[in-house]
Amino acid sequence: MSPRAEVKLWIAQRASAAVLALCVVVHLVVIVYAMRGGLSAAEILGRTRGNVGWLVFYGGFVLAAAVHAPIGLRAIATEWLGWRGRSLSVAVHLLAIVLAAVGLRAAWAVFG
Amino acid sequence: MSTLQVDVWRGAEAGRFQRFEVPREANQTVLDVVTYVQRRLDPTLAYRFACRVGMCGSCAMTVNGVARWTCRTHVAKVAGDGRLEIGPLANLPVIRDLATDMREFFDKWARARGSHAPTATRRDDFARVPPASPARAAADAGIECIGCGVCYASCDVVAWNPDYLGPAALNRAWTLANDVRDGARAERLRAVAGDAGCHACHTHMSCTERCPQAIAPTASIAGLKRATALAVLKGEL
Repeated sequence: MSPRAEVKLWIAQRASAAVLALCVVVHLVVIVYAMRGGLSAAEILGRTRGNVGWLVFYGGFVLAAAVHAPIGLRAIATEWLGWRGRSLSVAVHLLAIVLAAVGLRAAWAVFG
Repeated sequence: MSTLQVDVWRGAEAGRFQRFEVPREANQTVLDVVTYVQRRLDPTLAYRFACRVGMCGSCAMTVNGVARWTCRTHVAKVAGDGRLEIGPLANLPVIRDLATDMREFFDKWARARGSHAPTATRRDDFARVPPASPARAAADAGIECIGCGVCYASCDVVAWNPDYLGPAALNRAWTLANDVRDGARAERLRAVAGDAGCHACHTHMSCTERCPQAIAPTASIAGLKRATALAVLKGEL
């Protein structure tokens, strides 16, 4: 991989980490709020269904995770397993697609 | 007179520690101990030193598990219990006993484009670089490296990834990246970017912790990460 491409991956991982830092805090606050408030699953769905704000928030959260995790795992696989090259690239791309698909499906499920 | 129990590495990659009894002296350095062993107990011991005063950087060894300049390490500081274990620097091939092969270490300086690329000719006037300018201050922070290899021997990433350029070479690249007289900035940033370069650093900071010159290679590496990112965003890399 060219130095330019590797630096782009690094930027993508740093930028997605910044998004994740914010999203994780909001997500934890929401969890604590929902549990302490004693909200039922139906009440939670009542608030998320049709709410574009939550869809955008959790959609962004999922995409940031789908960018961040595969880049990090790629570095770990290279460092600890000596795995490099095209097969690793294909594997981490697949992982990104799976994470994005599963996550977006969940975000869509509580919206629709 | 009290004595020190000194275990000294003998052999190359394969070898073992050999025990010597060395008289304890006032103000004794670890280099004094090694020299005593070689001059009085076993003249076949191989080790390396030159200046004895912390200027040349050739006497670095692993002392009780930590990479140090042996000439500037007092026995009193590291051997409170009267025991010393002295081995060659880690992360470098051992030639024999305490002498390592440092070729790869310095080859990595060259790979990191660690040489100055002049832009002026002899007909040009002296470059005027304000000492207080941010670039010069950044270069000054890393400029006193004498290439002893202590940071390289202390770095976990070097141990895991033999291609990693290491703290010293990257620190050198950072000082040159901040030299306004240098003409190879883009080429150098390309050389230090990626999995074998600054982006492999895990910020463990062992190099910064152990550097006898109190340089912070970690900060230099962070600077290179910023500089390469900016260069990519500007389309210069």
